[in-house]
Amino acid sequence: MSSNTSPLPATTESPWVRRLLIGVALVFLGLFLVVPLVLVFVKAFEEGTAAYWAAVREAEALSAVRLTLSAAAVAVPVNLLFGLAAAWAIAKFRFSGKNLLITMIDVPFSVSPVIAGMMFVLLFGLHGWLGPWLAEHDWKVIFALPGIVLATIFVTSPMIARELLPLLQSQGSAEEEAALTLGASGWQTFTRISLPKIRWGLLYGVILCNARAMGEFGAVSVVSGHIRGLTNTLPLHVEILYNEYAFSAAFAVASLLTLLALVTLAVKSLIEWRAGLRAARR
Amino acid sequence: MGFTLLYLSLIVLIPLSAVFLKASTLTWDAFWKIISDPRTLAAYRLSLVASLVAASVNVVFGVLVAWVLDRYDFPGRRLVDAMVDLPFALPTAVAGIALASIYSGNGWLGQYLEPLGIKVAYTPVGIMVALTFIGLPFVVRTVQPVLAGLDPEIEEAAVSLGATRGQLFRRVLLPELAPAAATGFVLAFARALGEYGSVIFIAGNLPMRSEITPLLIMIKLEQYDYAGATAIASVFLLVSFALLLTINFLTLRYNRMAPAEPAG
Repeated sequence: MSSNTSPLPATTESPWVRRLLIGVALVFLGLFLVVPLVLVFVKAFEEGTAAYWAAVREAEALSAVRLTLSAAAVAVPVNLLFGLAAAWAIAKFRFSGKNLLITMIDVPFSVSPVIAGMMFVLLFGLHGWLGPWLAEHDWKVIFALPGIVLATIFVTSPMIARELLPLLQSQGSAEEEAALTLGASGWQTFTRISLPKIRWGLLYGVILCNARAMGEFGAVSVVSGHIRGLTNTLPLHVEILYNEYAFSAAFAVASLLTLLALVTLAVKSLIEWRAGLRAARR
Repeated sequence: MGFTLLYLSLIVLIPLSAVFLKASTLTWDAFWKIISDPRTLAAYRLSLVASLVAASVNVVFGVLVAWVLDRYDFPGRRLVDAMVDLPFALPTAVAGIALASIYSGNGWLGQYLEPLGIKVAYTPVGIMVALTFIGLPFVVRTVQPVLAGLDPEIEEAAVSLGATRGQLFRRVLLPELAPAAATGFVLAFARALGEYGSVIFIAGNLPMRSEITPLLIMIKLEQYDYAGATAIASVFLLVSFALLLTINFLTLRYNRMAPAEPAG
């Protein structure tokens, strides 16, 4: 983030134009970002703090929290491994079809979440390809935790790879080569040289991936089956409450997810700030 | 390397091919009948138009916001800068219920808009509002680094050669920003096309009128009409892939044009 401290008078607008532009931008952002954010919390506490706590502590809400946490607890580490491997392979090795591979990593971003969920229903659903075989072995994937985890993994799979790729590409491999010629093992090189260089980017990718994993709605909605207390994640629980006109309960549960989003943004800004400081110090 | 390919095959390629294989079990006539059904066509049209409108709004305001954040200093600038990413971090269902209740007839904004004859919630306009929300960060975040990386000397040269502020913007800044803005537009458009969570609460979901394509796919799935869902989805997927290739083409071209950044 570089801000021009004192641009030449001739290359900036008159104060009035400046104020007008800032004003329009802030009104737009206020309408689209601040108003929804404030509304969530106002509506959540509309019926008082007691009602808020009751909605948040209700058994179905708690089981939704547990399910959301467990899905993210599997999806994020799996995608962390994939992100590292994919970004590493693309940045450090030469091979043909590299651009194709990068495009393939991006595919989940451009596939509608509903279609993402549908793919897994086609594969693992009762009438899907593997459905009969799974039923024989009494394994439930669709309308159960594995399906939710799979859908979440698919939707969030590009996030960490995408953060790491430019970082690794810009660094080259000179320092790693130096470490290797000095006798470091591959693992030592990775943990002592490569990892410290990418740790902020890695953390950045992980928190964004986590936010998306916990908030995913469309894909999870297709594979979950909406079984209350069993396969309802937090976003799905919000939907059910809202559709039952339990508005303040819906917003109370939504406020938990909103807090998660705010924490994510705060950590993200902190990382950017730290990374900026480090870059400035060099 | 091998792990990357294996993972991509398991998580991305095989599931995706399941969609096309399932669609290919339909005869051509049956396939055509599903995708040329008036309800399907209406959903396709609505998805395309609403996403185009939302992405266009985002280009205009995205460039403006990026400009304001990069060039001007005002109290709370860093907070505003951090807030821009809210649509990435906020779960779409939360955004959906918040927007729906803001713009409904007795909502915070809806109560003032409705007497003016502007109905937002439960109409296509509401869909555009939701899609604008979720696409908001894309243009800002693609344009911002380009603005920050521009050499101030170019602008100073233009001004010293007698260019007015308007000429400077049109002739000097716009050509520099256009590729980034275009990338942001396509990213926002692609995201908007597939969006489901934030839209369904505010859309009203009337067939032929306010039913987006992902919702129609969802409805078919809930009726166990897998063939119908896959037929609609496969056309939609092809559009998404075309967009993805456009994005990568734009980024590639843009990276090639951009001068190498000086180190340090």
